Amino acid sequence: MKFTSILATAAIALGLATSAMAQDKTKVGFVYVGPVGDGGWTYEHNKGRLAVEEHFGDKVETVFVESVPEGPDAERVMTQMALEGADLIFTTSFGYMDPTINVAKKFPKVKFEHATGYKQAENVSVYSARFYEGRAVQGTIAGRMTKSNIVGYIGSYPIPEVIRGINSAFIHARKVNPDVQFKIVWAYTWFDPAKEADAAKVLIEQGADVILQHTDSTAPQAAAQAAGNVITFGQASDMSEYAPMPRVSSIIDNWAPYYIARTQAVMDGTWTSVSTWDGIGAGMVGIGEISDAVPAEVKAEALALKDALANGSYHAFTGPLKKQDGSDWLAEGETADDGTLAGMNFYVEGIEGDIPN
Amino acid sequence: MIVLEKRPQPSRAWSMATPLVAVLATMFFGGLLFAALGKNPVEAIGTIFWEPLFGEYAFYYRPQLLVKGAPLVLIAIGLSLGFRAGIWNIGAEGQYIMGAIVGAGVGLAFYPMEAFYIFPLMVIAGAFGGWAWAMVPAFLKVRFGTNEILVSLMMVYVAEQLLASMSLGLLKNPEGFGFPGSRNLQSYASAHNAELIEGSGMHWGVVAALIAVIFAYVLLNRHMTGFHIRLTGEAPRAARFAGVKPARLILFCLGVSGALAGLAGLFEVSGPSGQISIDFNVGYGFTAIIVAFLGRLHPVGILLAGGLMALTYIGGEIAQGSLGLPAAAIQVFQGMLLFFLLALDLLTNYRIRAARKEVA
Repeated sequence: MKFTSILATAAIALGLATSAMAQDKTKVGFVYVGPVGDGGWTYEHNKGRLAVEEHFGDKVETVFVESVPEGPDAERVMTQMALEGADLIFTTSFGYMDPTINVAKKFPKVKFEHATGYKQAENVSVYSARFYEGRAVQGTIAGRMTKSNIVGYIGSYPIPEVIRGINSAFIHARKVNPDVQFKIVWAYTWFDPAKEADAAKVLIEQGADVILQHTDSTAPQAAAQAAGNVITFGQASDMSEYAPMPRVSSIIDNWAPYYIARTQAVMDGTWTSVSTWDGIGAGMVGIGEISDAVPAEVKAEALALKDALANGSYHAFTGPLKKQDGSDWLAEGETADDGTLAGMNFYVEGIEGDIPN
Repeated sequence: MIVLEKRPQPSRAWSMATPLVAVLATMFFGGLLFAALGKNPVEAIGTIFWEPLFGEYAFYYRPQLLVKGAPLVLIAIGLSLGFRAGIWNIGAEGQYIMGAIVGAGVGLAFYPMEAFYIFPLMVIAGAFGGWAWAMVPAFLKVRFGTNEILVSLMMVYVAEQLLASMSLGLLKNPEGFGFPGSRNLQSYASAHNAELIEGSGMHWGVVAALIAVIFAYVLLNRHMTGFHIRLTGEAPRAARFAGVKPARLILFCLGVSGALAGLAGLFEVSGPSGQISIDFNVGYGFTAIIVAFLGRLHPVGILLAGGLMALTYIGGEIAQGSLGLPAAAIQVFQGMLLFFLLALDLLTNYRIRAARKEVA
């Protein structure tokens, strides 16, 4: 017997076995790229998991495996979850994309949800958040708050997700402060407190008095606190332990509503493969409380922008906008389409430096 | 009072027994750790060691042991040669990365052509990549007397940067919408290191690991170079009198370990992993050091140790999923293994004695 058919038989057998008990419990698995205590990305996904448990109580059972490397290990962890009867599996890192597709092929009955990727299948949905909307709010605050006119930005990897954030923050910082400059450091990690602290220190030494970060630890906050008059923003998680200074606001990933809705869909048998990209409006991206270190009028301006983004009256990428090389991108009043945003690999006009590759 | 007394000769019995005792001690203290975390220690240890081999889903986990163990064994065999001669290649992780990059690069250069010779060429390129990366510390040591431990380790970080650069630049999938990572070699038949028998976990990397074990065994026991390696490690002065050329030995040991690590990287990238990505390396090069020592630097021992290490990985994941053990606890558990092994190694060279009371 072929291996896939063994797996399939096992899955069907399990399917029968679990559907017999299915009325009482839906099993939901989560695969995490970092430790649940990272204080950022994985921490928020785990909060989503806990919310699912709380919402459904005895009707669900959740399992998770943390710090799973992207690659064959992830494939094994997902297979293990599927074998042990998971009905729905959330794979919460971009690098789990191909493993998710591979495992999903072997377990057609199990539903998969892959975060931040682009490969969908019959039983694989993709979901992500429009973090760039939050970046627009941060950019506004950064542009207003900087005195040195130098904003430091800790990039993780030069991928569309991160570049989109840089562009969005820059556009809105420039809008309120035409003299603002961005200094970008690439840390080549999502989570490495030592590297992130180094990056923050370098930026502060170069005169940055605002630090934006696309990495998940609180090390930049600590570095800013040590330096004194530098402000930062929480990333992925609120990081409110550093409020009111240096952390003046944050982007919070709020996966709970999505996780609950998708679990409900599996319970109701209404689950279908979808591609979800939600922002502030749907509540997937939250803006952490803007602290008192920010003047009231700046706070009001930032909140007004947030509301405009939320109700859809304003798009974070609205023309006229040019690319870094001076070529036209968006005409007056034109907004960026999702395809371009998803694969964004260029800076907008005014950002100095090249995207490394 | 207890004193340590040096044995006139290393104890053979203890040398064989320490890995077993270390495993038992790890089980015991690991059990205490799990108990302190509020888990049933017997169940946890049982899950880690029993489930992958004989549990309900062992049909899936057993092949996975091969997938996880093969790169460890392949790398550890190479490292053990150098370690025996006192040549410390700590940078196998970097050589592993380079083997993957060069090997995958060759494969991707042919894309989308299908031909039988592509995979063999990739294998050669993979071995070459790892070999070339190991030649840097080897050459610097031979020529300038630098410390190969430091140089080979630092080269790991260089390789990691290069890996990131390749994933984002040269080898990036042109159809990947700007996302990092190369094309997936699993969907390119000529470059795919597929399972030889479906569902068995046996891919060319597993075969290579087994060949390496046999090769190392023959080399060490039947071949002059192997004799020189052992002699240099055990009696450096005698080795010099016996006409061992240190430079040649350094180049040989680092070269072989680099090439084997490179092969491991190539088989991984073309098989289980499938693509060059920023986080392609997951620490096999470092874990292999533990495997080499756990296996007493003996080829057969390494084979067993590789299997054991793979078991703790896979069992550890199962324990995480089904018992909710934190990943860090599993890592501590694995760390204990090396810790106890090194600590107990003392008994090979020393014996513990109750000191006689000296009467003045």
